[in-house]
Amino acid sequence: MSTNYEDRPRGGGYDSDDDGDRRPMGGRGGGRRMHRRRVCRFCIDKVDLIDFKDVRLLQNYLPERGKILPRRISGNCATHQRMLAEAIKRARNIALLPYTTD
Amino acid sequence: MQKKRQYEVVFIVDPAADEEVSKLTEGFSQIVTDQGGVVTKAETMGKRQLAYEIDHHKDGTFVLLEIEGSGREIAELERRMRVNDRILRYLTVRVDEDRRRAEKLKDRRARKAAKRPSRGSHGGGPARRGGMEFAEAASE
Repeated sequence: MSTNYEDRPRGGGYDSDDDGDRRPMGGRGGGRRMHRRRVCRFCIDKVDLIDFKDVRLLQNYLPERGKILPRRISGNCATHQRMLAEAIKRARNIALLPYTTD
Repeated sequence: MQKKRQYEVVFIVDPAADEEVSKLTEGFSQIVTDQGGVVTKAETMGKRQLAYEIDHHKDGTFVLLEIEGSGREIAELERRMRVNDRILRYLTVRVDEDRRRAEKLKDRRARKAAKRPSRGSHGGGPARRGGMEFAEAASE
């Protein structure tokens, strides 16, 4: 799990080279960044429903700052990212998870 | 004639009123029953630290109710919780639609899994393409 994605080294065009680097290295680029998990964990586990009360699970997707981990980092599919975001927002509402931490 | 709706209601009780938790839960269940709803589950999730302060409280007792009904009892329940200052916060989530959807996905997956081995060595023809949308969404 990546806890603080803002700290990772980034050189030059951030968005433009992000995609290319997540693919297995084809000799090009010199392995500057580690190969990231690209598949959706929820799809692998065949999760159909993300419960907002499952704090342990949701916490994996809240880095230090308390923001929802973007899916370009987590590798979640759109469907599950949506479900996850919804669950996190519900959990925040009843103080199971923080809105912010500082 | 309309299908029953299912709700999950979570509320946080002031930890100072810990002895009242079961009484409050019973009271709320009574309200739901009076309004024609059914409480399918009432569970105390225990005392927990709050992720942020609510009215200067740092922790609270969480209670979960699962309710089946028309939606009218939810309105009454929420009204009661709003005026009760022992209740720090509540959250109601309608779950029947999401659960149905999850059920459907599960069914579809089970059917597909049942189909796949029969296809066996013949190799899936292009006609099978329609069944792959989930995997494609995952790799997107």
